Amino acid sequence: MSLILNILIDGVAYGMILFMISVGLSVTMGLMRVINLAHGGFAMLGGVVAHVLMSEAGVGYVPAALLGIAATVALAWPLERLIYRRIYGFGDLQQVLATIGLTFLMIATVNRLQGSTLLALPLPGGLAQSVDLGFRTLPLHRIVVIGVGVAVIIGLWLLIDRTRFGIRLRAAVDNRATAGAIGINTGLIYSATFCLGAGLAALGGILGAEMLPIEAYYPLRYMVLFLVVVAVGGMGSFAGSFAAALGLGLIETASRYLVPEYGTIFYFACIIVFLAVRPKGLWGRLA
Amino acid sequence: MKVSFTGLSAAALLLLGTSLGAQADTIKVGVVAPFSGPFALYGKQFQEAIEVYQAEHGTTAGEHEIEFIYKDSGGPNPDQARSLTQELLIKEQVDYLAGYVFTPNAMAVAPLLDQSETPLVIFNAATSAINAQSEFYLRTSYTLWQVSMPLAEWAYEQGIRSVVTTVTDYGPGIDAENAFVAAFTEAGGEVLDSIRMPLSTTDFTPFIQSIRDQSPDALFTFLPGGPPTFGFTKTYNENGLRDEGIMFLGTAETEESNLQAFGDAAIGLTTAYHYSADHDSDMNRAFIAKNLELHPDSVTNWATIGAYDGTHLIYEMVEAAGSDGPAAIEAAKGLEWESPRGPLVMDPETRTVVQNVYIREVERDAESGLLVNREKGVIATVGDLGWGK
Repeated sequence: MSLILNILIDGVAYGMILFMISVGLSVTMGLMRVINLAHGGFAMLGGVVAHVLMSEAGVGYVPAALLGIAATVALAWPLERLIYRRIYGFGDLQQVLATIGLTFLMIATVNRLQGSTLLALPLPGGLAQSVDLGFRTLPLHRIVVIGVGVAVIIGLWLLIDRTRFGIRLRAAVDNRATAGAIGINTGLIYSATFCLGAGLAALGGILGAEMLPIEAYYPLRYMVLFLVVVAVGGMGSFAGSFAAALGLGLIETASRYLVPEYGTIFYFACIIVFLAVRPKGLWGRLA
Repeated sequence: MKVSFTGLSAAALLLLGTSLGAQADTIKVGVVAPFSGPFALYGKQFQEAIEVYQAEHGTTAGEHEIEFIYKDSGGPNPDQARSLTQELLIKEQVDYLAGYVFTPNAMAVAPLLDQSETPLVIFNAATSAINAQSEFYLRTSYTLWQVSMPLAEWAYEQGIRSVVTTVTDYGPGIDAENAFVAAFTEAGGEVLDSIRMPLSTTDFTPFIQSIRDQSPDALFTFLPGGPPTFGFTKTYNENGLRDEGIMFLGTAETEESNLQAFGDAAIGLTTAYHYSADHDSDMNRAFIAKNLELHPDSVTNWATIGAYDGTHLIYEMVEAAGSDGPAAIEAAKGLEWESPRGPLVMDPETRTVVQNVYIREVERDAESGLLVNREKGVIATVGDLGWGK
């Protein structure tokens, strides 16, 4: 019984971290349909800025995190205007090459300025505690991640489904020419959405740093994790990404409790079988 | 015919020119290490250590001028290591080789060493089997058996009777598990479970929880440096294993370059290792001060000391034997010297240094406010216990 509870609790906690680190990618790749392999780069940049602010300027955790996200958005805006705008029109392979090139640039910059060792984001004392659940303990920050994850999915749903911005965004990604023709400023919509994706990436990078610590090679090290969540969830669906992240977290956690020796094989075998049956993912909208 | 004769003589003149141009008594040392990519820190530290040694001892040994040539091997890549070594031997005509971070990289060059009779000083790679591949390997770092076995024996002496081992599922992890389990069961302790964790693990909670459920006296772990160690030690603390009294036993996990990033979660972790930057000796303090003077951002750790002592060994060999490889190996065997880490002897049989293994605990230094590996005990003069296993 306690084993099942353990799997459920740890699976959901891990799944939420997976969701948080990949939700930005389901905006840029899922919604805007640009194969954005530099997603992990934005997550890392947010973390690096927060780290520098905390370790060198003595800024607190929450303001440093917010400034980290703001700095990432501030960088994403000109990057979208100057570079991504051209990448949207590329073929799939060219998008892969262009964004992996950007990733290498980001890695080299961080490596040059901060070195290749871990860049800590120490939690404030209150967050660093564990909560006693009676039969075991759970780190408080994981509960915070679960809370933020739920808030993000609700916020995104409201934004995309219930606001004028969301309607315009859906129109712009479905048919950019027609959307432009009826007077929607699609360029501005794209810029704003890309910045949203980058900001969410930075938020995920910072919140997930307790498990996936920030360092120069972060974008490459965890690239498969991000891509798997979006691929299984289905392009263009936040609910899909959310369900996929929870499902993958549960599968991985269960396999590590039950068959630790075969954990990785079991995990990827599940993904292969699933994608063979449903190549569009859980709630894929793309043909 | 005439043309090719002219060409030949021109080539001969050119060759003569270069050999005359180069100083006749310059001994070249080729250093193969990662200088780019995720493991670039090793190469940087090797180079810093060599520079510290040169700043202290000059660039001559005996009658000979010593010159270091650096080659970037990237990550674990035996083919690359082999072709760079070949290039160093043939094109650069090096007399000594040094560096080598990963076991496969070091292993791949064994036939080249035998053919060219070139001594190779390993600065890092930690598998015992390497030195058995060629007579020309020498090692100034450590082997996994050398630190894991004394740790197991020490743990038993401290009253620890049951252990769960949990290592990352790759070569060095399995080596460490074998060494620890062999020594701990030999001493009379019980290994309740041996867990091997996939190399790609990011969430260690399931493994930590199953250790907790078995409530052993201690856990023994081996993890690759960086993110996996960070995640594992965090999870160990957050899931209350420390509060339950399950002791953490490790080896390289608390090395200095990433230690500060672990934060207070690292305090109290117990490891057995051959070098701590906190080692209490004037020689060590002078060594670190010199390194900081030359490289203000540098963090001194085991990679630095391995390269520093390796450079010392090369200087000794050059002084004794010049460019004569087999004579240099003979000169190195049994050599004794005092290092910043403590006394060293180059074991004539295993060609790995015999050294002290220290039992350390992570503490926050009252003066500097930084986390340090404070030495609590010493197991004197341990050789390569994995030789022939």
